[in-house]
Amino acid sequence: MENKKKIATRESYGNALAELGKKYENLVVLDADLAEATKTSTFKKAFPERHIDCGIAECNMVGIAAGLAATGKIPFASSFAMFAAGRAFEQVRNAIGYPHLNVKIGATHAGISVGEDGASHQCNEDIALMRSIPGMVVLNPSDDVEAKAAVAAACEHQGPVYLRFGRLAVPVINDRPDYHFEIGKGVTLREGDDLTIVATGLCVSASLEAAEELAKEGVNARVINIHTIKPLDEELLVKAAKETKRIVTVEEHSVIGGLGSAVCEALSDTVPTPVHRIGMKDTFGESGPAAELLHKYGLDAEGICREIRGWMK
Amino acid sequence: MDILELKKKANEVRRNIVTAVHAARAGHPGGALSSAEIFTYLYFEEMNIDPSDPHKADRDRFVLSKGHSAPGLYSVLAERGYFPKEDLLTLRHTGSYLQGHPDMKHIPGVDMSSGSLGQGISAAVGMALSARISGDSYRVYTLLGDGELQEGQVWEASMFAGHRKLDNLVVIVDNNNLQIDGAVDEVCSPYPIDRKFEAFNFHVIRVEDGNDMEQIQKAFEEARRTKGAPTAIIAKTLKGKGVSFMENKAGWHGKAPNDEEYGLAMKDLEAIGEKLEKAGGADGK
Repeated sequence: MENKKKIATRESYGNALAELGKKYENLVVLDADLAEATKTSTFKKAFPERHIDCGIAECNMVGIAAGLAATGKIPFASSFAMFAAGRAFEQVRNAIGYPHLNVKIGATHAGISVGEDGASHQCNEDIALMRSIPGMVVLNPSDDVEAKAAVAAACEHQGPVYLRFGRLAVPVINDRPDYHFEIGKGVTLREGDDLTIVATGLCVSASLEAAEELAKEGVNARVINIHTIKPLDEELLVKAAKETKRIVTVEEHSVIGGLGSAVCEALSDTVPTPVHRIGMKDTFGESGPAAELLHKYGLDAEGICREIRGWMK
Repeated sequence: MDILELKKKANEVRRNIVTAVHAARAGHPGGALSSAEIFTYLYFEEMNIDPSDPHKADRDRFVLSKGHSAPGLYSVLAERGYFPKEDLLTLRHTGSYLQGHPDMKHIPGVDMSSGSLGQGISAAVGMALSARISGDSYRVYTLLGDGELQEGQVWEASMFAGHRKLDNLVVIVDNNNLQIDGAVDEVCSPYPIDRKFEAFNFHVIRVEDGNDMEQIQKAFEEARRTKGAPTAIIAKTLKGKGVSFMENKAGWHGKAPNDEEYGLAMKDLEAIGEKLEKAGGADGK
């Protein structure tokens, strides 16, 4: 994996917006004084008149986005996940979710891979918050290719979409000619029969690495990339549960309310299956380089392998 | 529409409000009644709208930021012909499209869902900005409560609107001085309201009596002439206006009249209606 090209999905977000701005004249981008960090600055360079800096006022930004959508624009409201989903939760719920307005929320700097800024800025709760809102689509792309495809799909989709991006440069894993992105469709990246690792976001790459390690020990893991947490690809997950009997979920998010919870909810109805959830274990993050934090909290390949070995004993 | 006709319409709107809240057995009559002249002037005189085409692209927009005054908005929309007046009797009933707070998905004429205080003004600012971006000429109006000014988001939105000089935006404050827990200046004073909006780079218009149709008319005419800044109309009103036992009583913020009180309220409003009819006769109209 080390020799793979690495790009942060926030970069992909900015690049995709700049590209889509050409196609959609009514696409507008909002930011809250973080354009350089969220990378909407890339769009701003191309379309300054359609980039709106709202200042440090995320709740108002979300409301403005609602007003823009109600009058025919396609607004992408951008901030860190902590503030877009956390601080402005009630605005997202009431001003966007309830009227089902066509607003896209581009949330960058999700999870502990924010790194040095520490726990106040490391949002591990956004997936839980956003997927609880009726009608909200929740996307968490795994790399540059998928992130750009997700932004384009969100643009085409009528209705609210929450997009989760990261600060850390992550390996490009989807650069194959037959790559196809569809909202709500999981992707099987590796076949296997002993268990299924269901991963999302930057944990997909680490999960693939982990699966290779486990294979050397004779454990053959299927790996599924769930880029859409909601609507969840229940069909694919039920099939995997039936065929491999065991599921491990991996996410850079709290084990409460995120991908792991969503998978448990989906399977408990039809194929109750042992599910082991890997993620932030009801704890806050801390300051440190992203790679070190991912290692410390067991979200790198080594940590994922360790957890799986322990669980399968 | 002349002033007398507008006054008669406002009284009809008040009758609708009391009838709807009584039928709902719950709701917010006080702040709806205090805003009746504002609602009436906006929908019968000020705004470019077409009840037969509620989604007309170039229509003026209205956002009821003080969403709990929904009975006032629904009453004027019904009076203006957006939906049958009889439907007001289904307000807040299970299965009715007339939700307790404005619901743009299901109610003809409602431009934005609202109810959570402080949020409507942001949406209105977004609509005004939207017109600016695409060069559209529509205007945007939003009505706030004075208690609502305690929400910090109001000032985030105001800072943005003032900064962007959104002169197609008119913010109206229904300054009836009462909120659920008492007088606004006793709970947590928003005063001086006018100087706050001025500090946020608004053109401020003070209306001494926001239940006086002539004064409301003058204010909206001045707002229309204002260029280079958003307008804030601070209208002093009487909570519960028109229903003697509801007037200036915080207790009638969110309570429905019982059958006996409903009878008394309608009698009050009928008396006002008769007076207006006589005034018309005296004017030879």
